[in-house]
Amino acid sequence: MTSRHSITTAGARLLLGGTILAAAAGSAFAQSVPESEDPIKMTVNDWTGQEITTRVMGGVLEEMGYNVEYVQADYLAQFAGLESGDLDVAMEIWETTGKDALTKSLETGDTVDLGETGMEAKEEWWYPAYVKEDCPGLPDWKALNECAELFASPETSPKGRYLGGPVTWGGHDEERIEALGLDFEVIHAGTDAALLAEVQSAYQRKKPILAWIYAPHWAPIQFEGEWVKFPEYEDACYEDASWGVNEEKAYDCGKPYGWIKAVGWAGGEEKWPAAYQAIRNFTMTNEDMGEMIGKVDVDGMPLQVVVDEWIDANQDTWKSWIPKG
Amino acid sequence: MSLATATSPAPAARPFAGRLVWLAAIAVLVVLWQIAPSVAWIGDPASVYILPLQGWISSAMDWLVDDLSFGLFTFKELTRAIAWLLGLPLKACIAVLSKGWHLPIGADGVFVPPVPWFGVVAAVTWLGWRLGGRSLAILVALCFLYLAVFGQWASAMITLSSILVAVPVGVVVGIALGIVAHRSETLAALIRPLLDLMQTVPVFAYLVPVLFLFGFGPVSAMIATIIYAMPPMVRVTMLALKSVPPEVVEFGHMAGCTPRQMLWRILLPAARPSLMVGVNQVIMLSLNMVIIASMIGAGGLGRDVLTSLRRLAIGDGLEAGIAITLLAISLDRLSQAFVYRQKQPLHLEQGMGFLVRHATLSVFFGVVVASLLVAAFEPSIALYPKSMMLSTAPFWDGLVEFVNVHLYEYLDAIKAFLLINVLVPLKRFMVDAPWLGVVVILAVAGMRLGGVRLAIAVSLMAAFIALTGNWEKAMISVYLCGLSVIIASLIGIPIGILSARHDGFRRVARTTIDTLQTLPSFVYLIPVVMLFAVGDFSAMIAIVLYALAPAVRYADHGIRRVPANIMEAGTMAGCRPSQLLWKVQLPLAMPELMLGLNQTIMMALSMLVITALVGTNDLGQEVYIALTRADIGHGVVAGLCVAFIAMIADRLINAWAENRKRQLQLD
Repeated sequence: MTSRHSITTAGARLLLGGTILAAAAGSAFAQSVPESEDPIKMTVNDWTGQEITTRVMGGVLEEMGYNVEYVQADYLAQFAGLESGDLDVAMEIWETTGKDALTKSLETGDTVDLGETGMEAKEEWWYPAYVKEDCPGLPDWKALNECAELFASPETSPKGRYLGGPVTWGGHDEERIEALGLDFEVIHAGTDAALLAEVQSAYQRKKPILAWIYAPHWAPIQFEGEWVKFPEYEDACYEDASWGVNEEKAYDCGKPYGWIKAVGWAGGEEKWPAAYQAIRNFTMTNEDMGEMIGKVDVDGMPLQVVVDEWIDANQDTWKSWIPKG
Repeated sequence: MSLATATSPAPAARPFAGRLVWLAAIAVLVVLWQIAPSVAWIGDPASVYILPLQGWISSAMDWLVDDLSFGLFTFKELTRAIAWLLGLPLKACIAVLSKGWHLPIGADGVFVPPVPWFGVVAAVTWLGWRLGGRSLAILVALCFLYLAVFGQWASAMITLSSILVAVPVGVVVGIALGIVAHRSETLAALIRPLLDLMQTVPVFAYLVPVLFLFGFGPVSAMIATIIYAMPPMVRVTMLALKSVPPEVVEFGHMAGCTPRQMLWRILLPAARPSLMVGVNQVIMLSLNMVIIASMIGAGGLGRDVLTSLRRLAIGDGLEAGIAITLLAISLDRLSQAFVYRQKQPLHLEQGMGFLVRHATLSVFFGVVVASLLVAAFEPSIALYPKSMMLSTAPFWDGLVEFVNVHLYEYLDAIKAFLLINVLVPLKRFMVDAPWLGVVVILAVAGMRLGGVRLAIAVSLMAAFIALTGNWEKAMISVYLCGLSVIIASLIGIPIGILSARHDGFRRVARTTIDTLQTLPSFVYLIPVVMLFAVGDFSAMIAIVLYALAPAVRYADHGIRRVPANIMEAGTMAGCRPSQLLWKVQLPLAMPELMLGLNQTIMMALSMLVITALVGTNDLGQEVYIALTRADIGHGVVAGLCVAFIAMIADRLINAWAENRKRQLQLD
C-alpha cells in the first residue's frame, strides 16, 4: 500500500466499517489535504447505480478528510449547477445519454472532465428469454421483422411495438428502425420507472415485449433475457451513411458501448486538487456495480450498508485511488 | 327574464341570428380544413414561421443571471441572499426535527439531538386535543404514529420541516400581496393575471429558472413550493378584505382609525376566518408539491416515493405516499380546528400568568423539552425500534401482481376497444383540425358568451400557441384533457348528486376524494402503467382519477344549495323525484356544475406534466423535456401554452356561467 493513506481533520476518523485510519505524513501537494474545509457537493441523480458510485467516491473522499455533501439533482439539469459552482462533482455521465450535454458543458470551460469510471454502459433492445420460443430467430436482428406481429399493440398494429427510453435519452431508435427497415414503432416511456413497470408487467404475464434495457442496472439481473444483436457499432456507422447494410442511411447498427465519466466544476481543480485526482483515479467494474445494484434494488438492502460493505471489502482498491505523497 | 337579457352581452333573445353565426363559423372551419393541405400555414403555421420567443426568454434569463446589477449587488446575488435567508429557518427546523445540532459550547461543542419521535407524537396530540378535542387528538396521534410504525419517520420529518417553513412564508407573502392588491386597483390589475399564470403554468416550467437563480438543493425546492402554493392565499386575501361587512368598516371610520389601524385592527381581524381558508389551501398545495420538489433536491418522503417506484417497489412507494396524505390530513384538520376555535373568545382575567394565558403553547414546548430530556437519559428510545415496525408492502406488490396476471386480459380488451373506437380517431381529428378554423370557432364562442373583449382575448391566446410552433402538441393536450374531463364529469357528477342526497354516502365519497387528491399521483401512475402499458390510455386514467374531485364536490355543493322553497314548490307541483332532479335541481345547480367543470379542467391540465412521466406526446412532455435539458425558453413557452389553454377554457366557461346565473336570476 501507499506510504500515505489519508489525513483527517481531528487526527483520526471512525471508518464506517469499523476500521480506524491513522493520519499519515507527507504530501505531494503544496497544501495539506484537505485543502479546503468547504464541503465537496456531489450530485445524487435518481438511479441506484449512480448513487452507489457517488457514495463510494464520497466515502473515500471523507476518508481523505474532505467534507462531502450530497445534493439531489436532475441528470441533465445538474450541468447548470456544475458550471456555476453550485454543485461540484457528478460521478456518472453516460456517453449514451449525456455525451451532448457533457460536450456542451466542457466547451464553456466552467467544467472539467474527471475521466472514465471504468464502467461501461450497455444499452440495447432487450427481450425476455421466453420470447425466444415464439421467435427462435432471435437474438439476430434480422429475425425481428418476422416477429413484429408478436410485439404489436392496438396503437401500433400491424407494426411491432418497441418501448424506448424517455425522449431525453436519445439513442437514435427512430433512425435505426428506418435504416434497418424494421416494421416497428418506437413508443417512448416518460421515465425509466414507467419503462420498467411495463417490462415487469409483461414479464409477470410471460407476454412478449421489446424494450430499452440498460446495464449496469437491476433489470437485466432480475429478469432473464437477452439483448438483440444488431450489426456491431463503429463510429463510421453513425457518421457515414454508406457504411453497413443500408448504404444510404446512417444508424444501421447497434448502440455503442459507452463510457461513464465523472465531471466536475472547474474551480474545484484549484480548491481540492487531491480530491479531483482521486476522482480521476476512481475505477469500478461492471460486475462489482451490478452486484451492488442487485443487493439494493432486488434484495432490498439499504444502499448505505451496501456501499459500506464494498468500502470495507475493497480497501486496497480504493486506497490506490488516493494520490501518493 | 327580460331584465336578464337586457343586461346580457350575448344577444340570447335572437337565437336565430346566433345560430347563423355558429353555422358560418363551422362553414369557415370546414372550408379551411379542405384547403389546409394545399396552403401550409393554414394547417400548421410552424412550417412557415415560428415566433422566436424561446430564444428571447432564454437570453432574458441569461441577462438576469449574468448581467443585471443594481450597482451594489447583482440580481443573482440578491436571489442567492434570499435563498440563504430562507435556508436559515429550514436548517433550524431540520435540526430540531431530524438532524440535531451542534452548539459551540466548550472545546468539542455540545450535540443536542433532534426531538425524539414520541416527543413529536405527544406534542401534536396535545395540540390536537386543545384545538379540536378528543377525536382530533386521536386522529392526529394515529397519523403520526403511522409515520413511526411504518418506518417513514426520518423522511417525514424532513418533509414536515420544509412544509413548516414554506407555509408561513407563503401565507405572509400571500397576505401582503393581497393587501397591496386590495389597496390599489392598478396593482390588482397587474397581480390578477400573474396569479392566473402562477396557477396554470406547469411547475416544471419554472423549476429551471428557480434552480438558476436560487441554486440547487432543498431551498430551491422550497421556493418552487411557495410559488406554487401561494396564489390561493393572495386571492383569498383580496376576497376576504373586500367582503368585510360595510358596518364594520364604517365603525372603523367613525372611531377615527388611521389607514394602518384600519388594516391591522379592523380589516384583518374581521377577515380572519376567511383568511384561514387560504392558509388551509397553502398547506394542501405545499404537500401536493412534495414529489416534484424532491426531483430538484427536497429529499424526504417525495424522494422515497420516487426511488421506491424506480425499483418498482410499489408497496414501499404507496406507504411513503400515504405518509404524505396523512401529514396533509393532520395539518389540514389542525388548521381547520384552529379557525373554529377562534370563534369562541378566550376569557382572560387580570393577573393570569403568561403560562396560563398561553397554556396550549406552554405545554406543547414543555412536552418537547421533556421528551428531549428523557431521550438524553435513555438515548436508545429516541428512535422508533426497528423490530416494532410494520410493512404492508408485500401485500400491495402481491395485489398488483395478482391483478396483472389474472385480470389483465379483461382490462386489455376494454383498453383496446376504447383506443380503437374513441381515443385514436379523436386524436386524429383534433390534430388535423386547421388552427385558423379553431381560432375562428373560439372567437365566435367568445363573442357570443362575453362580447368583443373576450373574443379578442381567446383568439390571441390561441394564436400565440400556433405562432410559437406548439399547435400540434397543444391539440394533443386538449384531446387528452378534454376526453378525461368528460369521463371525470360522467363519473363525478352522479357521485356528487348521490352524496348530496345521502349523508352516509357523502362521508365515504369525501374521504376517497381527499385521499385521491393528496396521495401523490405517481404512486398510482406506476401500477396503472403496469396494467395498461405506456401510452395515452394510462395517462387518461391518471388524469381522470385526479380530476374527479372537483366534479364531485361542486355537484354536491350545487344540489345542496338549491333553495328549499323551490324544492317544495316542485314537490307541490307534483314532480316525481326524477323530475325534481332533472327539471329543478340540475338546472338550478348548473352554475355550480359549470364551475366544477372549470375546476376539473384546471386539474386535468395540471396533471399533464405528471402524465408526461409515463410517455405522452403533448405540451406536458415538452415542458418535461425542457426541464431535463435546462432549456428555460422552451419550458416557459410550452408552459405558457398550457396556461393559455387553461385560461381560454376558464374565461369561456365563466362567461357562460355568468349568463346562465343572470337568466336564472340567482344573483
